[in-house]
Amino acid sequence: MSNNPNNWPLWEVFIQSKRGLEHKHVGSLHAADPQMAIENARDVYTRRQEGQSIWVVPAGAISSSQPDDAAMLFDPADDKTYRHPTFYTMPEGAKYI
Amino acid sequence: MTDVKNLEELFQSKIDAEQKIEPKDWMPEKYRKTLIRQISQHAHSEVVGMLPEGNWITRAPNLRRKAILLAKVQDEAGHGLYLYSACETLGVSREQTIDDLLSGKAKYSSIFNYPTLSWADIGAIGWLVDGAAIMNQVMLCRTSYGPYARAMVRICKEESFHQRQGYEIMAVLAKGTPEQKEMAQDALNRWWWPSLMMFGPTDANSPHSAESMKWKIKRQSNDELRQTFIDRTVQQAEVIGLSIPDPDLKWNEATQHYDWGTIDWTEFNNVVAGNGPCNKERLVARNKAHDEGAWVREAALAHAAKKAKRKAA
Ligand SMILES: [Fe+2]
Ligand SMILES: [Fe+2]
Repeated sequence: MSNNPNNWPLWEVFIQSKRGLEHKHVGSLHAADPQMAIENARDVYTRRQEGQSIWVVPAGAISSSQPDDAAMLFDPADDKTYRHPTFYTMPEGAKYI
Repeated sequence: MTDVKNLEELFQSKIDAEQKIEPKDWMPEKYRKTLIRQISQHAHSEVVGMLPEGNWITRAPNLRRKAILLAKVQDEAGHGLYLYSACETLGVSREQTIDDLLSGKAKYSSIFNYPTLSWADIGAIGWLVDGAAIMNQVMLCRTSYGPYARAMVRICKEESFHQRQGYEIMAVLAKGTPEQKEMAQDALNRWWWPSLMMFGPTDANSPHSAESMKWKIKRQSNDELRQTFIDRTVQQAEVIGLSIPDPDLKWNEATQHYDWGTIDWTEFNNVVAGNGPCNKERLVARNKAHDEGAWVREAALAHAAKKAKRKAA
């Protein structure tokens, strides 16, 4: 990682493949500004009609959870099986539930 | 003028071709306004809907039921958030939307203006109120506005346990002591008609529906959804030995649907107008929670500013 201000900043690229679907992270690239990042993303990530909309986000603007924290963050959901519909016994014969 | 007309045609052709509308697309002002009203009302309903159920968390009959009810109410808070966020993509601020709820300007589903008098009401709400909401929300997974449809898909996945836990409560009570069964029947009696009202006015009295259907914001009419709900729920009531409080309810072999009685629309209009049993109480509770949370929001900002300053130094 260089702090040289002459280097282009890093952008994370999100592509929406079809109207109605969410934008999905596909990768990253370097570009001088947002417009250039979008144009470059068009060139590298949508050459085969993969997208109909592009988001670019400065990589530095993304905050991430730490791998070491995964257990603390996500384990509490493990014993809450009652959040799933399969946890419940439905009376014999009941339909559409 | 011609420009707008062309834009409108292009917009409608996208919708006719089952393409979703996304935030950056041109859209008629009325489409935007309708969505803002509908999505924010939907969000408010999720949030206010926590109040009648929250009333029973500390009095749930056992730890299992308590954990389940907590999880359900927690889900509803999340649903409010997804919907407020979808609303923000249409260019309204979160603050404004919430202010409109707190001032009483915005509406939320009238069903939450009824009180939860016994534990069986928690069963009836999950079974009937979430059941009715799910009918509507499954339809909205195919609504034409992308962010709204995506929020709905997520919500529907989470909702799937809400109705089942409620029906399970009712089934257990209906098989219990005579008093427990009576409690379940009483809850069904009180929640049945308000649940049918959740689908809104009849098609004949629903002036905005045609436009919403043309724009595919709605995909099925109020009466269609209500009828499907009735057809399904009557069978579920039979299975657990409870009776629907409607003397006119009768299977119609010709239509393959249930015929049923009439909704008391005077009651409905009264509750919508603010005169239901709990309208005042709900707004007071929301405002109190908002006001008493103010110092937490301020403290979090002050803490964040302090951390940022320390990092910069
Ligand atoms: Fe919900
Ligand atoms: Fe729910």
